Amino acid sequence: MWVYEKKLQYPVRVSGCNPMLAKFLIEQYGGADGELAAALRYLNQRYTIPGKVIGLLNDIGTEELAHLEMIATMVYKLTKDATPDQMKAAGLGEHYADHDKALFYHNAAGEPWSAKYIQAKGDPIADLYEDIAAEEKARATYQWIINMSDDPDLNDGLRFLREREIIHSQRFREAVEILKDERDRKVIF
Amino acid sequence: MNPHHKAYNPYISPFDPCPPIQTKTYSTPPHLYMGFQPLNLEQFTPAEALRAGTLWKPFFDPYFSPHELAKGGGQS
Repeated sequence: MWVYEKKLQYPVRVSGCNPMLAKFLIEQYGGADGELAAALRYLNQRYTIPGKVIGLLNDIGTEELAHLEMIATMVYKLTKDATPDQMKAAGLGEHYADHDKALFYHNAAGEPWSAKYIQAKGDPIADLYEDIAAEEKARATYQWIINMSDDPDLNDGLRFLREREIIHSQRFREAVEILKDERDRKVIF
Repeated sequence: MNPHHKAYNPYISPFDPCPPIQTKTYSTPPHLYMGFQPLNLEQFTPAEALRAGTLWKPFFDPYFSPHELAKGGGQS
């Protein structure tokens, strides 16, 4: 069960109507290393991981949903006042034909989100290593989007999200260390 | 250069079609070197931490595009 707070984790500001940036940002919405994939991956893996790290997956998976909401707000703000011609010029003609301005879970190339993006191996180390890799890939995606963006307000929010990826990666790395220590302790006793 | 970036020089062919980029950089954020977080790291104030995305100063690594750096940005 979740308790919903009707506010964003970090304020989302956008300097201008820029549908092309929205097209790139949708990668973090419905892409392989996006926030949806992250949230569903962690919240699903929690059931079959040692008790000491269930809470970590629970907390980070929940935070990814808050990030998803921030990305959705960014995409919405970047496109909501664009004309159909502007959508077409930004490479969003295909999106507009199918969805108008509605958001959809696909990546920057228009490929719909797929559960094939995520894994739950049942092996705690394998799952945590996947989670570390996912955080580093999401961090890199934020870097490449920041590199293409000339919107200072948007970049401020993207920098916050990238910093959170760093912290999540750190916590997953610490979770691996915790599980390694557990194994050592059993050998000693 | 930001200590959280590393650089390398790729091979430049005499026949490259585009003007070569001599130096390529990549990001190496501080958590890669941290291991298990040590005790008593320096903290931001709560208000600063909410903006930075982390409570811990040693984990703070803001990323700026070449565009922003050229404009004198990057002082966050």
